Amino acid sequence: MASAADRRGPIWPHLRIQLRVVDALLRREMLTRYGRHNIGFLWLFVEPMIFTVGVTILWTATKSVHGSDLPISSFALTGYSSVLLWRNMPGRCIGALQNNLALMYHRNIQVGDIYLARLLIEFGGATISFASLAVLFIAIEWMAPPEDFLKVAAGWLLIAWFGCAVAIGLGALSHLSELVDKLWHPFSYLLFPLSGSAFIVAALPRFAQDIVLWIPTVHGIELVREGFFGSRARATYDLSYLIPFNLVLSLIALIALRYVSRRVVPG
Amino acid sequence: MIRVRDLAKVYPTRFGENLVFEGVSFDLAMGERLGILGRNGAGKSTLVRLISGAERPTAGTIESSISISWPLAFAGAFQPQLTGADNVRFISRVYDQDFERNLAFVEEFAELGPYLREPVMTYSSGMRARLAFAISMIIEFDCFLIDEISAVGDARFHDRCNFELFDKRGDRAMIIISHDAAYVRDHCNRWGVLHDGGLVLYDDFEVAYADFKELIGWKPPPGWPQIPVATA
Repeated sequence: MASAADRRGPIWPHLRIQLRVVDALLRREMLTRYGRHNIGFLWLFVEPMIFTVGVTILWTATKSVHGSDLPISSFALTGYSSVLLWRNMPGRCIGALQNNLALMYHRNIQVGDIYLARLLIEFGGATISFASLAVLFIAIEWMAPPEDFLKVAAGWLLIAWFGCAVAIGLGALSHLSELVDKLWHPFSYLLFPLSGSAFIVAALPRFAQDIVLWIPTVHGIELVREGFFGSRARATYDLSYLIPFNLVLSLIALIALRYVSRRVVPG
Repeated sequence: MIRVRDLAKVYPTRFGENLVFEGVSFDLAMGERLGILGRNGAGKSTLVRLISGAERPTAGTIESSISISWPLAFAGAFQPQLTGADNVRFISRVYDQDFERNLAFVEEFAELGPYLREPVMTYSSGMRARLAFAISMIIEFDCFLIDEISAVGDARFHDRCNFELFDKRGDRAMIIISHDAAYVRDHCNRWGVLHDGGLVLYDDFEVAYADFKELIGWKPPPGWPQIPVATA
């Protein structure tokens, strides 16, 4: 049975099956979403690139006030890429199980594999888009190379972790109630201006800083910016808040995933 | 060997809990083909889903030392935007099988011609059924679960399915669900009637069918030949 019995024993054979399944799901999802027409799977990162470039142009044209002396283009690139990273993951996972219920007939495929495949696609797309635009902006000297690449990577991964946990949790809960889908759109839209992408914390008045620092993505984006711009970013972040926050969120997400996996009825 | 013990399934509904069946127990060895009769809603498909491992029972256990298929004739797992060949590729990856060999078999069996490389959403229901059945045959399971396969396709398709299933794979275990009593009679060697939340097993089709007809309230129309039924 696909219950506890055949999951005992060494973990490697199971890991191998799961890797194969996630790989198969990933290719299936990419083919379904991008097909073989025009540029095909290049849309994976061309789409977020268009978004980011659009926002960069918009913010540059309107000379958006962001409260720092950073060039607006590099500010928009770091800010908006991060938004795409954490916001698209839940967007893709909400309702994903409902659309793929028939896959549950294949006993190798677990609910979590469906989410995992989509998260990898979103992470890949957002990361390639961010990296190629960064290289482009550096090449045309709109911005300098990152001062501390590891900090950029750490901040980026922490935002991705947050996105994954939210995505798995909301994805699982969306199978129990359609309210999740309805509420996520306004919620993510409202969270966007507060997420740290459109301001730097140091430029805010004291009371506003205290409020926005409750929002986990703010810490991640500030870390990315410190990696890019060093002290010019005047970053404010607290990893001893963000990491435990992600851990607790992941725990909740996995509980929700387990709850749903045990009750899923294939279509 | 598959060992099913005290299987029960309850679905929550808005009006309280709905018990589909409980206390279902049986063993199935290689070469045994269990045909299950039952009215609409008796829980036949639910039983098959539980055994396929797609869903968990509310109580009871299913132990199996052999590999079990997904329910055959079931075409739902196709991604409609993908081509038939892409779907073969996906299944081959999930089950770690040789794609080229599988594609050759599907090409030969499903007779889809150029449509094998067109999106599944452009297929007719008969084409879908042929693709679904061909894909089900590319993985060599020990036990096949067959849910109402006689409902789709034309006579030629049925003959080819029967040949693949009962001639080439006659040594396997099978669980067959059908409303077509003759199909179940001809292809099974054990029978069961699922009714009122319980499963009763029979070694003789005529006894099983007589009980089943009584349960569904079937009355012979006037002029029906009266053949005495042997009782167990």
